[in-house]
Amino acid sequence: MRRPQASRRGVRHVYLFDMKTLAPDEHAAVRRILADLKGRPGPLLEVLHAIQAELGFVPEEAVPVVAEGLNLSRAEVHGVVTFYHYFRHHRPGVHTVSICQAEACQSMGAAALTAHAKRSLGIGFHQSTPNGRFTLEPIYCLGNCACSPAVMIDGELHGRVTPERFDELIAQGSVKS
Amino acid sequence: MTTTVYVPKDASALSLGADAVAAAIIAEARRRAVAVNVVRNGSRGAFWLEPMVEVALTSGRVAYGPVQPKDVPGLFEARFLTGAAHALALGPTEEIPWFKGQQRLTFARVGIVDPTSVADYVRHGGYQGLGKALAMEPAAIVAAVTASGLRGRGGAAFPTGIKWKTVHDQRAAQKYVTCNADEGDSGTFADRMLMEGDPLTLIEGMSIAGIAVGATQGYIYLRAEYPHAHRALNTAIAAAYQAGYLGEDVAGSGKRFDLEVRLGAGAYICGEETSMLESLEGKRGEVRVRPPLPAIKGLFGQPTIVNNVITHASVPWIMANGAQAYADYGMGKSRGTLPIQLAGNIRRGGLVERAFGLTLRELLYDYGAGSASGRPIRTIQIGGPLGAYVPPAHFETAVDYEALAGVGALLGHGGIVVFDETVDMARMARYAMEFCAVESCGKCTPCRIGSTRGVEVIDRILAGEDGERNLKLLEDLCETMVQGSLCGLGGMAPFPVQSALKHFREDFRAPGK
Repeated sequence: MRRPQASRRGVRHVYLFDMKTLAPDEHAAVRRILADLKGRPGPLLEVLHAIQAELGFVPEEAVPVVAEGLNLSRAEVHGVVTFYHYFRHHRPGVHTVSICQAEACQSMGAAALTAHAKRSLGIGFHQSTPNGRFTLEPIYCLGNCACSPAVMIDGELHGRVTPERFDELIAQGSVKS
Repeated sequence: MTTTVYVPKDASALSLGADAVAAAIIAEARRRAVAVNVVRNGSRGAFWLEPMVEVALTSGRVAYGPVQPKDVPGLFEARFLTGAAHALALGPTEEIPWFKGQQRLTFARVGIVDPTSVADYVRHGGYQGLGKALAMEPAAIVAAVTASGLRGRGGAAFPTGIKWKTVHDQRAAQKYVTCNADEGDSGTFADRMLMEGDPLTLIEGMSIAGIAVGATQGYIYLRAEYPHAHRALNTAIAAAYQAGYLGEDVAGSGKRFDLEVRLGAGAYICGEETSMLESLEGKRGEVRVRPPLPAIKGLFGQPTIVNNVITHASVPWIMANGAQAYADYGMGKSRGTLPIQLAGNIRRGGLVERAFGLTLRELLYDYGAGSASGRPIRTIQIGGPLGAYVPPAHFETAVDYEALAGVGALLGHGGIVVFDETVDMARMARYAMEFCAVESCGKCTPCRIGSTRGVEVIDRILAGEDGERNLKLLEDLCETMVQGSLCGLGGMAPFPVQSALKHFREDFRAPGK
């Protein structure tokens, strides 16, 4: 029980004893976030949101730092990080593209749009393009159900997205930083 | 003279290009040296007309839509700032038939006011309900909410007044008011529209709840998929603090009420109230065993009100206009109005607020104008991913909690997703089980294991393996999940499956059989 288990893509490490550590600037960011938020009631989700907002994901190396900062066990923090779909475990691409998979969007062709997106970007869900530009994610309802199918790119919502419109949006994201 | 032009900032309107339209109007006005004040309102909810631009005339507002940036020079050319004719002109907004028959109580100000302005909110009748509540004994506020007949709009339809009374009657050093804004059901967007278009109504409603039950702290638990609503709420909360409507002295009453937004993190289960409380405490969103009820031991173990956005947002109208005025709307045990959301494959989708009692057919054909694809409607799913599929034979059913229960359906949060005849109901049933498997919190076995087994059994049926036996097995499995699950996720995920089996059994055959 000394080495981290080998992890396949999309499967979490089990935290054992040989923890990798955060880069110094990441470590400083996590410590600052903890100092800001730890006095608030029930702060763990807020802390994880702040870490993801700053670093783009919640690195597993942050777990022991957060656990110590909030006086929780690593298991508790790990349990929360992995419970919620929103928290990512890997550094995402420059742009995150989320395609709604829920019923309203299905009724307007979300399955075909998703197949097109996967083909067009050459990746599946929870994967990033080799150039690191795009990460593709499924999402379950964006509240845009009268304008289906819906896509969110970096927090911007798009409605009635056809495959052609999808390609235009991706082309814009390919030139924008 | 400066003309005020309204361009929605609602997320759905933005998804159709409203920001570019606003920018085009500002640029064109500057080019023509015309004074225009662009106000970013919420959406009126006719998404088939978005982006819908309104011009404020002395006689009222006139609407144009759907407007794209390329239309803007032509609108100026046609003198739309005077309400003149144009191919996109819709006439006075209030006279558009789609809006005219609606009964907007909870949504009275959505799409009308500037959501960032307390002054505009007050000008349109805002904070009258709080004013009346502050002049009453807390128990009288609770009694008024009970008398209005308001039931929880999140889906469970529990009488709001009874919940409030339970919290009111508890003795505790700290009580909480929470708002469940984890609107995860597909086909629903009423919470989002209200939070973006008239967030102060929610803030006022929660403040009244706090005064009524003696709670000084409120939390809005908002789903992370709603970044626009997050910004709108934070802006409005800051404005309410600034204007003295939140904080240690609410509207000069000497009573305290603080409010903040907490973000969820993409877990559908956190729309279940005890799971939401766990999540607010910073834990895994696992469902709690009841009793104790949240009204007795809720957030951080204290007495807590948990109500949906629309429930909270209905209270200011009730307090301002009287409980009886609200109860005069509706039918049977469903009193008041319901914001119904028409979604999916529908030509005229959007938000229709009407008293309970209109039929599904009126909604789908009079408001919705049939499917977007033009093909016949084969089924609708009401109440989100845990709601039953309803066949056309039941479209005469009234929108009413009990009437829908009578045909094996449920109203839930009032979202209706429309499917045309191309839908494959076996695939939708499989999706319901798959969704439950992805979103199960894992605490109870029927939900955690049953949903995965459900997907497998449906796959075997579709592969032609022992069809009749596996259909029977699927029905048994559904029954086990309904009876044995700890909460509504596992307990209701079989509803779409059972209804698909009942009404569309022909879809559960292997290809070629």
